[in-house]
Amino acid sequence: MPESSFKPLILSHFWLAFGSFGLACVLGVYQVLERSGLIPLMQSPEVYFASVSTHGVLMAFVLTTFFIMGFGYLVATTSLKMPLAHPKWATAGFSVSALGTLMAAIPLLLGKASVLYTFYPPVQANVFFYLGAALLVVGSWFWAVIMVVMFGLWKKAHPGATVPLPMFATTANAILWLWTSVGVALEVVFQLIPWALGWIDTIDVGLARTLFAWTLHPIVYFWLIPAYIVLYSLVPKAAGGALFSHDLARLAFVLLLVFGLPIGFHHLYMDPEHGQGFKMIHAVGTFFVMLPTLMTGFTVIASLEQAGRKKGGKGLFGWIGKLPWDHPVVLAAILAFLMLIAGGFGGIVNASYGMNAMVHNTAWVPGHFHLIFGGTTVILYFAAAYAVWPKLTGRALIEGSLPLVQLWSWFIGMIILSTPWHILGLLGQPRRISSVAYNSLLTLAWDPYELAMIIGGLILLGSAFLFLHILLASQRKGLRIAAEEAEIHYADEEPEGTRVPALLNGFGVWNLVILLLMLANFGYPIAQFFLFKTFGSTGWGY
Amino acid sequence: MSSSSRPLHIDPLEKKWLKVAFALIALFVGVILYTGFFQHVHPPGGMETIDSAALHLSEEFAEDRLGVSVAPDGAIKVTLVAARYGFYPRSIKVPAGRPITFRIASADVLHGLHVPMTNLATMVVPGYISTVTTRFPKPGEYPLLCNEYCGMGHDHMWSQLQVVSQEDWDALTPSSKEP
Ligand code: HEM
Ligand SMILES: [Cu+2]
Ligand SMILES: [Cu+2]
Repeated sequence: MPESSFKPLILSHFWLAFGSFGLACVLGVYQVLERSGLIPLMQSPEVYFASVSTHGVLMAFVLTTFFIMGFGYLVATTSLKMPLAHPKWATAGFSVSALGTLMAAIPLLLGKASVLYTFYPPVQANVFFYLGAALLVVGSWFWAVIMVVMFGLWKKAHPGATVPLPMFATTANAILWLWTSVGVALEVVFQLIPWALGWIDTIDVGLARTLFAWTLHPIVYFWLIPAYIVLYSLVPKAAGGALFSHDLARLAFVLLLVFGLPIGFHHLYMDPEHGQGFKMIHAVGTFFVMLPTLMTGFTVIASLEQAGRKKGGKGLFGWIGKLPWDHPVVLAAILAFLMLIAGGFGGIVNASYGMNAMVHNTAWVPGHFHLIFGGTTVILYFAAAYAVWPKLTGRALIEGSLPLVQLWSWFIGMIILSTPWHILGLLGQPRRISSVAYNSLLTLAWDPYELAMIIGGLILLGSAFLFLHILLASQRKGLRIAAEEAEIHYADEEPEGTRVPALLNGFGVWNLVILLLMLANFGYPIAQFFLFKTFGSTGWGY
Repeated sequence: MSSSSRPLHIDPLEKKWLKVAFALIALFVGVILYTGFFQHVHPPGGMETIDSAALHLSEEFAEDRLGVSVAPDGAIKVTLVAARYGFYPRSIKVPAGRPITFRIASADVLHGLHVPMTNLATMVVPGYISTVTTRFPKPGEYPLLCNEYCGMGHDHMWSQLQVVSQEDWDALTPSSKEP
């Protein structure tokens, strides 16, 4: 079987992703403990900020990038039923990214790169941190190109045929990532690295923030699209039903790609280096990307409803009880939706052009993204791992309800962690503080919420370890199963012969639309730094 | 395989949902545009540059120019420098209920300024001047917190803002009573 040869490569991606995730969860628990002030001996801003920087990088860049690459290779080969194109380049990409991770990890862990995962110059990190981050991204470009190439090869071999939805979405993500990563790549290559090496004395912080914002919004869709692939392509079959909608599913991915990119200024609402006009344009755009998520919610819930009714569910809500709650993929989807609803509400608050001032950079923000990223997105990564593990290892998941316990505990832990975090934000607590040192009455109200967060963190850590245990034990001791049993079951697509509209089967036109939108929304805001005299900043320690 | 591609297929239920979705989006966007254009609810903005390394030489941010000032027309302006680890001057007093314009520049790295439970918030980016105008409805002691990581002392970066009632303010600054 030709495809077995690259399984170790995919497994390596997954283990690097999930191993980093486990380590980062340990750091997360240390952080909630430290910042609560419960154990005075622990107090240390040096360790805290080294830890938050490492935790942020591991979760936001390492877990995600390696998971997405591994899952992408798997989706491409299984949904297109073709061997991996250019496996040597895939291995090379993995190696480059892994090397970059190592290169960044060393200064991070030594406290030489406590600049947080957002880099934020003019505090300056050791140059190896920036070089490592750059290599991590460069390695992921190998992946993105291989995805686009496989998409093209398959279309060429199947003229006029509809590309299977999971691969259509994966290719959208690869293209999204190529566009997305350009912003931060420009910042790192033309500003941070030369500056950290001393080749240039100063950099323009306004420009750096603008380039980072270019990346910072669409990167969340880079993380989210694999989770949506789980919802669209794995959940319906797992629930015993079919995908409700085909065209709108494709359209949702196209909309994420096209409208996710040109709206990054909602991260800069509070910044002085841009005018209100562009901020408002990006604000309006931000509300339009609600559309694909609202569509996804509808399609996936409708698919679940059909499945529940097929199983005899009656009435407005009767079908919910009939769903196979004991199927990890279905359970994960339900829990993901619950967190998405709460997190989506919070996101609307953040996105609101005026209201943002009340929550900007408060504890509300990490509360929000732990819920929607650590919660919704990551729980669907768990679901994906459970769904594909038999395919990758040739063994069934270990017996019993452990995956269900794991998913429930992740959900419960995340609610207990993120609810008080949101409240702290509304009570005015800034994010990214290692202790509460303000001599102000206001801060007394913060204590109980900080303590509750510790409980949430501990539950999450237990859940993370359980997850790693399930994967490891299944890979080593799970029941050996036949190849057919290990197949991945994607939701059925339309019968051959019905061709979706060409615009929903390729990306040529969409790339052009993105180019125009990016020019409109980022062209002048970036050009202004070259049109006017600005003052750069020298590097600062921390 | 083959046959030409068919038109976009949307289920009638999906059509209804799309209408709901667009209505929701229109509502949110409508509120933002309305409050922005008619009630002047805006985030800070406007690209104004300054050399953060030479604040002491600048007209506006030299040390003796900082703090609260009342213009002849009664407009109140607060000029602050954000620097590790405080907002200078460390303690300021302003009246409740009056529009107050803050002008802030950083002397070193990124900072953020937020007075909890109010909408006084802005990033302070080296090289740029932040301008933000607000009104504090209630008198009281407010902390002025730094909410962007700026180094190992970030936890300790804050200053005090005292909002006093209009009468107390008038007693303090006789000049502001004049028309
Ligand atoms: C055991 C579970 C976790 C705990 C207890 C935890 C806790 C924390 C804490 C306390 C911070 C510091 C926030 C601050 O100082 O403002 C933090 C930062 C962060 N967390 Fe987690 N976390 C957990 C899991 C996750 C997960 C699953 C993700 C995403 C996949 C994630 C992503 C991040 C990121 C990106 C940051 C950096 C934020 C920044 O730089 O402001 N965390 N986490
Ligand atoms: Cu964003
Ligand atoms: Cu600060």
